[in-house]
Amino acid sequence: MTDTSVPTTTRKDWASDQEVRWCPGCGDYSILAAVQLLMPELGVRRENTVFVSGIGCAARFPYYMNTYGLHGIHGRAPAIATGLAMARPDLDVWVVGGDGDMLSIGGNHLIHALRRNVNIKILMFNNQIYGLTKGQYSPTSEVGKVTKSTPFGSLDTPFNPISVALGAEATFVARTHDMDRQHMMETFRRAHEHKGAAFIEIYQNCNVFNDGAFESITAKSNRDDMLIPLEHGQPIRFGKEREKGVMLGTDGRLHLVEVAEVGEDRILVHDEKNDRGLGFMLSRLSHGPHEPTPIGVFRAVEHPEYVEETDRQLLAAQSQKGPGDLRALLHSGATWTVE
Amino acid sequence: MSPRNKGVLVSDTAERTAPEELDRVIIRFAGDSGDGMQLTGDRFTSASALLGNDLATLPEFPAEIRAPAGTLAGVSAFQVHISDHDITTPGDAPNVLVAMNPAALRNELPKLEPGGTIIVNVDTFDERNLAKAGYDSNPLVDGSLKGYTVYEVPMTSLTKQACEPLGVKPRDADRSKNFFALGLLSWMYTRPERPTLDWIEAKFGKNELVRDANVAAFKAGHAFGETAELFDHPYEVRPAPQKPGIYTNINGNTAMAWGLVAASQLAKLPLFLGSYPITPASDILHELSKHKNFGVRTLQAEDEIAGIGAALGAAYGGHLGCTTTSGPGVALKAETIGLAISLELPLLIIDIQRGGPSTGLPTKTEQADLLLAMYGHHGESPLPIVAAYSPSHCFFAAIEAARIALKYRTPVMVLSDGYLANGAEPWLLPDVSTLPDISVEFATTPNHVDDDGKEVFWPYLRDPETLARPWAVPGTPGLMHRIGGIEKADGSGNISYDPDNHERMVRLRAAKVAGIAKDIPPVEVTGDVADADLLVVGWGSTWGAISGAVDRVRARGRRIAQAHLVHLNPFPSDLGDVLRRYPKVLCPEMNLGQLSKLLRAEYLVDVRSVSKVKGVPFTAGELETAILETLDD
Ligand SMILES: Cc1ncc(C[n+]2csc(CCOP(=O)(O)OP(=O)(O)O)c2C)c(N)n1
Ligand code: SF4
Repeated sequence: MTDTSVPTTTRKDWASDQEVRWCPGCGDYSILAAVQLLMPELGVRRENTVFVSGIGCAARFPYYMNTYGLHGIHGRAPAIATGLAMARPDLDVWVVGGDGDMLSIGGNHLIHALRRNVNIKILMFNNQIYGLTKGQYSPTSEVGKVTKSTPFGSLDTPFNPISVALGAEATFVARTHDMDRQHMMETFRRAHEHKGAAFIEIYQNCNVFNDGAFESITAKSNRDDMLIPLEHGQPIRFGKEREKGVMLGTDGRLHLVEVAEVGEDRILVHDEKNDRGLGFMLSRLSHGPHEPTPIGVFRAVEHPEYVEETDRQLLAAQSQKGPGDLRALLHSGATWTVE
Repeated sequence: MSPRNKGVLVSDTAERTAPEELDRVIIRFAGDSGDGMQLTGDRFTSASALLGNDLATLPEFPAEIRAPAGTLAGVSAFQVHISDHDITTPGDAPNVLVAMNPAALRNELPKLEPGGTIIVNVDTFDERNLAKAGYDSNPLVDGSLKGYTVYEVPMTSLTKQACEPLGVKPRDADRSKNFFALGLLSWMYTRPERPTLDWIEAKFGKNELVRDANVAAFKAGHAFGETAELFDHPYEVRPAPQKPGIYTNINGNTAMAWGLVAASQLAKLPLFLGSYPITPASDILHELSKHKNFGVRTLQAEDEIAGIGAALGAAYGGHLGCTTTSGPGVALKAETIGLAISLELPLLIIDIQRGGPSTGLPTKTEQADLLLAMYGHHGESPLPIVAAYSPSHCFFAAIEAARIALKYRTPVMVLSDGYLANGAEPWLLPDVSTLPDISVEFATTPNHVDDDGKEVFWPYLRDPETLARPWAVPGTPGLMHRIGGIEKADGSGNISYDPDNHERMVRLRAAKVAGIAKDIPPVEVTGDVADADLLVVGWGSTWGAISGAVDRVRARGRRIAQAHLVHLNPFPSDLGDVLRRYPKVLCPEMNLGQLSKLLRAEYLVDVRSVSKVKGVPFTAGELETAILETLDD
């Protein structure tokens, strides 16, 4: 859907003149690169693109994009972005934050932005730790995590971000990771094309406070066996020879199976549009990045988009009553005249 | 003459004397919260407004939606002061109390003037209800109401009788008894019937049985007044002499909502409201939600933080962003107010104050958020404050706040309170063409040349006059920039941790807000401006009571002056001079002295504080006493 009148840009055009200040080796760099590489391909204008963020390492993102940007306050980016998207449906609004930012302090705003289906693209960098405040456990940290604030191990059950998003009625839910640029770009592209709220969990390595958290699934040597690619309309298979798969058992649960053992036609075919909880079941396949973990788009369905609906009501009111007339409004109650 | 009259219907219509003229009357309708007293009071007020009386109202309702029926906790009351002359308050003590049940009588009697009139629905004075209200004996028979004029009217049974021919079930008929009371009072005070009947038609026209029951009850009440040998004559309160023009009856929350719509039109920017329901502010959200044809977008957010966040996002996008709330909500919004101060974007935060701290007295009024507005956010964060002083003034306060916000690119706090929000007064409608133009221009071109000779946009390059920064909205080619809460370099707006830059930015933001003083009117002093012995200075909804008290004290021949502040940050430039001009300064507030504290700190003037923190407004009488005591001190 490239608009021919949009000037062609390159990755450089999308990089701001600000020095990027993440720790060397941080996964944030590769996510930034994926976004900056994708933007020219989307055929959108820089001035119509806005990045809104909360607070955290991840949330510094807008400063590095040569677009409009608003670095907000901790957890509140989805709310700020909702207002911006409602005011300006002509803009591409992206939201960036960390797992602490979006699932802890901002959990409420995240779920409500998702259920409203506001046309914003939410990139949640999940490093299972608080980076900016130097290493406390986060709502996605595994039970028993030893950090500065949990020297005896954390006790909180972690969130499963994909389950949270699906539970919040999100219409587009996907997972990707910072070690696979192509996959990130493809996932972001899908999110951009989606009409409504898109939630993307990005496994991101914080090499300073939680190094290697995702290595057991994202390292090149482990990927084949540990990442379960989800592709719409395709049987859900993984492994070097795609010898493993996901099967829906007669017990109503998903099972990881050897394809050869159960037969190809028992392997579950992925359906992003399934509204009966398939995505949710897939999200429950793994808890924490040490088991085979689905990656890709869990759900992509069409639902009325909030801002469109808002504007539809405005237009209907205007065509019914005509544009607002201030004098008429002031005189709309019971009035009387004093001579 | 017996002070008590029995309500007996007589068949022959006695000869009626002409209405007796009163210059004013204060009526208090009280009943169970299920009895519809707010509606009754509201309708009585509307009919009086249409008649041309000046009026002021004070609705008071319990915080619980449905306290157990018949209990003291469930009493809901509505006081209306109607007059043939200019009045500013709902009155000190009511002259007439309409009590629909024993609890209402017990709760409200202490407020009634000595020797006042009591009209009770005698049908409810049975053992059960008396016990629920905590009466050991029936006050109607035990002599405890000696000294009052008591009318016992069987409102419930008469309403049921009137509704019977319509086929209305007795239980449903019971719901119309408030219209009986309204009919009776409408007769007593010669209110026109038509507006009420029209209103019933408009409201209940779709449900014929309810409509007919209410009409029947209203007419029965009216007829009862006329035919019962209860009242020897009706009363009349003549219209107040008013400036010519078209009037409407308005409460503060509606006026505020309309002011916001007006501001959006005057600014030529769409209005965006992000809000979360809270008493007594919710009605602004309700009202604005109706006006989609004005391009008003309203979001009932998940909480107050999201409400203001969305409003700020909309402001960033070039809308007139606004959030409405009450004290506890302001507390939640504090962090975002700080962000808006740092982003230097226009934003309106409207605080309809109520009793605090915490949930406090959610349905009662208080003025205790002034220091919250002034200082209740982190860091050095100056915030302009505009306070409304009467229900209709809320309209103008909203426009003034928007003017300041847009011109100076700053969030502005608007203070109103529960009393203004729900209280009503007649309003001479302004000519729309006289309202100020507050339109703004967005930045469209680069405003700076960088070291390489390239034209660039600096989001924090200020207007030398106002110190406001340019407002470049997303979608504007060539002006891409990033803003955020981290301290920005003066001019370029890039992140800066430079200590000197931070101090410069702190001082610039403070100077910008202080500079607004040049742009607001000087203090308006009324009364004995030149030679008063005392100045009464106030802000917000105490205006009515203060004005009434000042009039009374001056009528006693004492010399006093009055100043009422609309701009609380910055203060008008001449405020210090004004305060120092008078030997004594008195400041009445519905808090423990917040403005007095600010004035003392700012001007080193010995401002004396008069406080009332009961959830109810000052009466003019109370302030009259306080002023006289201070004068004689
Ligand atoms: C109101 C508020 N509370 C707390 C903080 C401190 N704070 C800043 S970032 C952060 C956590 C960030 O963690 P995460 O969102 O996971 O992002 P990361 O730094 O790991 O990218 C916290 C607690 C703050 N800035 N504001
Ligand atoms: S602390 Fe962690 S998340 Fe933050 S920049 Fe450093 S490596 Fe990245």
